[in-house]
Amino acid sequence: MKKETSHSILKAHQLSIGYKTKKAETLIASNINFELQKGQLIGLVGANGIGKSTLLRTLIKVQPELSGSIYLKDKELKTTSISELAKQLSIVLTEPLTSKNLSVFELVSLGRHPYTNWIGNLTESDTTIINNALTLVNISELKDKKCYELSDGQLQKVMIARALAQDTDVIVLDEPTSHLDMYHKAYILKLLQKLTKETGKTILFSSHEIDLAIQLCDTMIVMTKDHVVCDQPCNLISKGIFNSLFPKDLIVFDEITGSFRVTK
Amino acid sequence: MKTNYTYQFIILAVILLFCFVLNISLGSISIPFSEVLKSLCSTTDNDTWQIIIMEFRLPKALTAIMVGSGLGISGLLMQTLFRNPLAGPFVLGISSGASLGVAIVILGSGLFGGLFATALIAKWSIVIAASLGSFLVLLAVLAVSNKVRDTMAILIIGLMFGSITSAVVSVLSYFSSAEQLQQYVFWGFGSLSNLSWYELLIFFIIYAIGLLLSIASIKGLNSLLLGDNYAKSLGLNLKQSRLIIILATSLIAGTITAFSGPIAFIGLAIPHLTRQLFKTTNHKILLPAVFLFGAIVMLICDSIAQVPGSDYTLPINAITALVGAPVVIWLLVKQRKMMF
Repeated sequence: MKKETSHSILKAHQLSIGYKTKKAETLIASNINFELQKGQLIGLVGANGIGKSTLLRTLIKVQPELSGSIYLKDKELKTTSISELAKQLSIVLTEPLTSKNLSVFELVSLGRHPYTNWIGNLTESDTTIINNALTLVNISELKDKKCYELSDGQLQKVMIARALAQDTDVIVLDEPTSHLDMYHKAYILKLLQKLTKETGKTILFSSHEIDLAIQLCDTMIVMTKDHVVCDQPCNLISKGIFNSLFPKDLIVFDEITGSFRVTK
Repeated sequence: MKTNYTYQFIILAVILLFCFVLNISLGSISIPFSEVLKSLCSTTDNDTWQIIIMEFRLPKALTAIMVGSGLGISGLLMQTLFRNPLAGPFVLGISSGASLGVAIVILGSGLFGGLFATALIAKWSIVIAASLGSFLVLLAVLAVSNKVRDTMAILIIGLMFGSITSAVVSVLSYFSSAEQLQQYVFWGFGSLSNLSWYELLIFFIIYAIGLLLSIASIKGLNSLLLGDNYAKSLGLNLKQSRLIIILATSLIAGTITAFSGPIAFIGLAIPHLTRQLFKTTNHKILLPAVFLFGAIVMLICDSIAQVPGSDYTLPINAITALVGAPVVIWLLVKQRKMMF
């Protein structure tokens, strides 16, 4: 038991997520339990509207949990201040950048903000970390380009580099593969896998690329209407979890190929 | 990437100095350039020239520097905060609030009877009314920004304040006399002159506080370029940063409007012009650059407004609009999209 907790980095316990307004509480999903291990690539999959984004937004403290608790490195998320959190968890979101006029280097260097002084001066070690992040995602040659000059795939890599420069143990990405072509979808996910291996960071992402996630992830969190399951992809396949992911009238999961196909 | 823009800063500083001296040496009474420099050092023999330089032209040039740099900086802050390349002190409604205060004081005297009439002519009542007006609009915007998270809505509210102002002005002008109306219209033209050294000191103190708050916000402004959620994930206290930025803007833009009238287009155009010269989004570079650039443009506009060699002084607001509006159009056409 003790050994397990030492490797667990992000844990959800009896978690309920949803939106709370003064008048009412909209429950999106409840009874969520999982424990994510350090250095793993974790894919979060589920149908549209099942609450993947809500779960991620709750995990990154953009919105509060309705009940239950989240532990980041054995410390409850509720009690973690945003400046502490900034050094432990970085994010890549689907929302567009406010300013596309940023150069790649400027954007990635913003990742150093939790560590820089009041005016944001970069020290030599900051610059080294930024350049390392650029090298890790193979975009060193883009560093003087403006963001509006980049393709979607390149921009996604830049955002990942920014999260790396923030030097956190956990990186959370919300649908990093949307808007990308098939090659770049695979490229980004493969890159994330490489990063977990090379840097020992824990990377959690949500995606609709279930077949790619099955091939690349160490662990997957599958959200269905009734429950949230967290396990290794092969175990999830043998348990038949993926069959309950979608209504069965159009597509079925093929356990042998690990992908969905259209019913005839 | 390690560009420090040292050359650009040196060049801008030299141009600023040049424009400053040029602005002082031009006016309805021509004073030889050597005497202008002597007057500045208080070593001239001609007392009239000494008074013209020290009591009129120097305060006016200093006002121009503060107005230009201040409006530019508040425009920069607003554009980043409201993620809108068209934002400026006007859009937020701060200038409208100030105008509303002034309109009520100048035009409202017809409604409120003769009680205020004597005090109304005094410049102070206009200054107080304008400051109060901008401050009240600031409070309203702050209250709304706490309730409405959408920055677009805040911009629209700013525009609504503008509409309310013009509506109130129309109603009041219906009841006011021709002289009152003329007085308001003249204030609306904007003016950099007629500030005493004492007024200038008050202007400077409030302006300096706003400037310090802006400098303190540099890091926060940079992270806001990514968007609210990213900024928060970088450890930025969103509410507090927003409050400081709005406070800085309203202090700067509010006092400027109070002392010099609603001066258009500088707040909008200067940050965009600066971005053409400094290809960066880092506010640590942009803020001082906008300061220099705004001051230079304002000094030039004021030099033009004096119509050197003649007795005429054109309204400064007309000049800034004539310079600023084509710049904005040119930027839009050239880039097809305004960016910040």
